[in-house]
Amino acid sequence: MINSSTISWRFLKVWRRNLVTYQKIWKVNFITPLLEPLLYILAFGLGFSGLVEKVDYAGQSLTYTQFIAPALIATAVMWNAFFETTYASFVRMYYQKTFDGMLATPLSLEEIILAEVVWSATKAFGAAAIMMTVLGLLGFIDFPSGLLILPIAFLGGLAMGAIGMFFTGITPSIDMFNLPIFLFITPMFLFSGTFFPVSNLPTWAQPMALAFPLYHMVELIRRFSLGGSQTHPGISIVYLLLFATVFLLLAMRTMHKRLIN
Amino acid sequence: MENIIDVQHLVKRYDGLTAVDGLSFTVAPGEFFGLLGPNGAGKTTTIRMLYGFTPITDGRLRVFGMDIARDWRAIKARIGVCQQDNTLDPDLSVEQNLLVFAGYFGIPASVARVRAAELLDFFALTHKKDAKVVELSGGMARRLILARALINQPDLLILDEPTTGLDPQSRHQVWEKLAALKEKGLTVLITTHYMEEAAQLCDRLVIVDHGKILVNGAPAELITQHAGGSIIEIEGPDQALRDYLSGNEVACDDLGTKIIVYTTEDAALNTIIREQFCTARCTFRSSTLEDVFLRLTGRELRE
Repeated sequence: MINSSTISWRFLKVWRRNLVTYQKIWKVNFITPLLEPLLYILAFGLGFSGLVEKVDYAGQSLTYTQFIAPALIATAVMWNAFFETTYASFVRMYYQKTFDGMLATPLSLEEIILAEVVWSATKAFGAAAIMMTVLGLLGFIDFPSGLLILPIAFLGGLAMGAIGMFFTGITPSIDMFNLPIFLFITPMFLFSGTFFPVSNLPTWAQPMALAFPLYHMVELIRRFSLGGSQTHPGISIVYLLLFATVFLLLAMRTMHKRLIN
Repeated sequence: MENIIDVQHLVKRYDGLTAVDGLSFTVAPGEFFGLLGPNGAGKTTTIRMLYGFTPITDGRLRVFGMDIARDWRAIKARIGVCQQDNTLDPDLSVEQNLLVFAGYFGIPASVARVRAAELLDFFALTHKKDAKVVELSGGMARRLILARALINQPDLLILDEPTTGLDPQSRHQVWEKLAALKEKGLTVLITTHYMEEAAQLCDRLVIVDHGKILVNGAPAELITQHAGGSIIEIEGPDQALRDYLSGNEVACDDLGTKIIVYTTEDAALNTIIREQFCTARCTFRSSTLEDVFLRLTGRELRE
């Protein structure tokens, strides 16, 4: 079913279609990543600084805002990529029948799915770039190592976009996305070392956090922003690559089952 | 010259249900070919197999002499498809719909712009080129779908109910455009529920039901063969008429409140019916493709 003949560079044409569409709405989409980190930093900086003295993380003693700033980029990558391949892709697939139209051309379904996932990573990359700039100007990110956030955002976007597409392949209706969001995204958002170090979790819960792709994104982005992390970056990169590949293949399979019969 | 489409014993089964049950037909280059049948007859399934959307269960399907399972990309590059659903991209403008679609075929942007301009002109959409797709009327949207299906200059155009839901003006405009494309020698496969459309446009057609072909031929031939050429509709028929028709073995359909007599331009029969049996209302008319269709597929509702 999935073999080399079904995937070609033609997928970039579908990616471009999403870019053309995005160019019409980018100004609105620009604002969120620009203001979101400021809001969080402001809220946690003002509200939490009295409660939390210092966070001990990877041998460093960080202020709370220093600790969460890199994680904000990682969570933005997660939301951007996941929403794109769930709600947005579902609308294109089911309501707009965009994929049906594409399948009457020399495109394969696998190319369309790959393009959707790569597009979601591109969007996540864009959001991460804006947030990196804002947080960098505020002094939360070390440069030049901080520039490595960008490829990590793209890789993390691929992982999150792929699993989102997998859910799109199996969800019966658009309302049912609440389920993966409640059961998967929300726990991941809270327990990936985003708002507190994973080492604060009970020992039995720590390996579960390590399975979350967000955990590895947070770890990598923190390392490149602050110079330290709890997990070896090689492990995190390999994990994200594997996660992205496995769920991309699963997404292709479930979408094939769903659309081609 | 080799056939554009060559379908032999084509079968499509969905767990338990046989949607297409051994279809065989060919379409020659330049032919305008109709695939007719009631809802659920297997038309759309057949079309979807033709452009490689739906995999075939059994049989042989060759397009341009190539195997769809193996050479799907080469085949799809040379086909234009006008799907039943509106699959236009609502996120894009009218012109962008054509340009982006051209990209899927790997057509260079400069060539695509020229072709898009030509097609918008041909389908009288130039004034709408920057409009959003949702702002188009049904007729304009349908014309844009047709334009989009032609962006790759296809050797085969597949039309799945291209005029369903259009008002008469729009429908006639689409017919006009299709007739012009036919003039140019384009090979077309069409499905439709409008028998008038099929009779006007098609060089040859098949009527399918329950996944099988019932008849195959030119519209005029089929009308003569299966609906006699001319027809008398007698409303409020009485027993005397029924006795006369069955006694003389006249071809007819008894619908209860109406009897349809297939007279094959039999002057004597015409006179007898006119003089002896037209108590209420009689209509004398030429038979049409619709009569053939209803006679072969029955008059019961399908859905």
